[in-house]
Amino acid sequence: MKPINTIVGSLAPLPRANVDTDQIMPKKYLKRVERTGYGEFVFAEWREADPQFVLNRPEYRNARILVTGPNFGSGSSREHAPWGLQDWGFEAIVTFSFADIFRNNCTKIGLLPVELSEKEVAWLMELAEADPSVQVEISLPDQSVTTEGFSAEFVIDPYTRWRLENGLDDIGLSLRHTDLIAEFEATRPSYLPSVTTG
Amino acid sequence: MTARTLFEKVWENHLVRHSPGEPDLLYVDMHLVHEVTSPQAFDSLRMQGRTVRRPDLTLATIDHGVPTLNRHLGITDPMSRIQIDALVRNCEEFGVKLFGLDDPRSGIVHIIGPEQGITQPGMLIVCGDSHTSTHGALGALAFGIGTSEVEHVLATQTLPQDRPHSMAVTVEGDLPTGVTAKDIILGVIAQIGTGGASGHVIEYRGSTISGLSMEGRMTICNMSIEGGARAGMIAPDDITFAYVEGRPFAPRGSAWEAALEEWRQLSTDPNADFDTELFFQANRLEPYVSWGTNPGQTIPVTAAIPHPDQAENPTERDSIERALAYMDLVGGTPITEVEIDRVFLGSCTNGRIEDLRAAASIVEGRQLAEHVSAMVVPGSGLVKLQAETEGLDRIFKEAGFEWRDAGCSMCLGMNPDILNPGERCASTSNRNFEGRQGPGGRTHLVSPAMAAAAAIAGHFVDVREWN
Repeated sequence: MKPINTIVGSLAPLPRANVDTDQIMPKKYLKRVERTGYGEFVFAEWREADPQFVLNRPEYRNARILVTGPNFGSGSSREHAPWGLQDWGFEAIVTFSFADIFRNNCTKIGLLPVELSEKEVAWLMELAEADPSVQVEISLPDQSVTTEGFSAEFVIDPYTRWRLENGLDDIGLSLRHTDLIAEFEATRPSYLPSVTTG
Repeated sequence: MTARTLFEKVWENHLVRHSPGEPDLLYVDMHLVHEVTSPQAFDSLRMQGRTVRRPDLTLATIDHGVPTLNRHLGITDPMSRIQIDALVRNCEEFGVKLFGLDDPRSGIVHIIGPEQGITQPGMLIVCGDSHTSTHGALGALAFGIGTSEVEHVLATQTLPQDRPHSMAVTVEGDLPTGVTAKDIILGVIAQIGTGGASGHVIEYRGSTISGLSMEGRMTICNMSIEGGARAGMIAPDDITFAYVEGRPFAPRGSAWEAALEEWRQLSTDPNADFDTELFFQANRLEPYVSWGTNPGQTIPVTAAIPHPDQAENPTERDSIERALAYMDLVGGTPITEVEIDRVFLGSCTNGRIEDLRAAASIVEGRQLAEHVSAMVVPGSGLVKLQAETEGLDRIFKEAGFEWRDAGCSMCLGMNPDILNPGERCASTSNRNFEGRQGPGGRTHLVSPAMAAAAAIAGHFVDVREWN
């Protein structure tokens, strides 16, 4: 995972609520067994249905930050959705609220989930619609989103921030506790099922 | 000792490591794996030179991409075949047990766990699938994870997680006739919305919930994720214990007695506090039908489809307008006037034997409406066998339904079972998202009884008035 410090880029506005992961990455692309190359499939059905969909508009093609409505990423746990957004070029998603599994999946791959207030999201959305080229800076160390005439702070738990800033993957971190895992295993009740005993 | 909720007890029983300011490290009792969300996790293990820490606590099945017709011909979709072959190979290489396609025990991952007795009270279960919440019906803490987390569990048998908040959803009183577990959960989601339980683990409680069968409880916990919850749980009781006892992977003899003693502790202490509490009266619930493009867009069968003018804010107005346009519906139309083209009976929400019995009792001796085609897809090979033993397959077939092999099928259309663009489907599944059952397809979520009645009538009907 690539460490995150400061993200600077333009915004792509997607003013819809409850965008589910079936829309972000339609199921037809979940049959791939690869980990990469999902960018071209992101929002495939919406892009196909509407030539004016934000990701079809050249002025938003190089956006690094997606600004969107509440409960973003609801539904299916498919990590293919954040893979696709990241592969498309997004480095951060800014919204009022995320679905839990989606947010978790983002922090595992270094796609920064940023939660701002409803008002702040609305302000950025208007800005993005008015001026596709405007540059916004997201600082992870400062937990801030700034652009000319706008500054907001966001909350992220210190542990996740540390992990993202250092690009650390969880497996390596958990494997430091192998002794504790083995200790725990020794105390598990013997009635618990194992697939070898049925 | 502090009074604790069921969720807190199960969480704390699985704490490998707790350190302030860090996520808790939890031990996973059973990791369920399927073909769609696992190949990249196995690849990464291979690249890192890591192994599966506990193959004995890992079970794989093939469900999302399998055809439900002519399975003896093999998997004809080349991409699904590659994905399924990858799972078979990965299981062989890493020593993971797989219920293969030719195994009668195979089926939808969330059906077979409880069916085999692999899901037991008090366990912590994860799977790379959001409907893992189903297993909470037995008093397990079970939740969906992404592929990076699948890899983490394969490598360590643990998962770092921030502790969610707790929510009580209490339902009291006798369920009116014709109102089912599916209607309870649709009614709850219609009220709280698809993000209403975000960051929470729900415990469903109250006399209505304790009166439900295990199948009904699984339907409710299954759809917790559609309200945004991390998981759903129901305290295990005698109904749970009777369900688990004697199943292939259930403890036996003295182990059973030891387990039972522990399982009886798994309920919320009388003075325990929940972060959020919601109350519902069973007698105010009705059969529900979703009209829009998320499970929160759901109304009682007696209601009319919402009009954009009813919206409370511009965002909601936009959502209603978009959903009406996608669903090709007009606000203000009674939902019972909406005609359907297809019916899908099945899924991890409603693909269990009791669901098929409920639908068959409506269908028996009748014929599908002329313009409707319908399919029944049992949740597992064993559900299919059981239904055939009871003669349910004959009832469906005589009424004009197709009787298929087990799998996820048209719940998400990753196999050949999909809606054609513009087709409208009464579905017992869990998601009515745009394109969920096929690009351009229109999904209405209902209970098995409501789906069966709609299949016969050709449009939605109030199953309470069915005779």
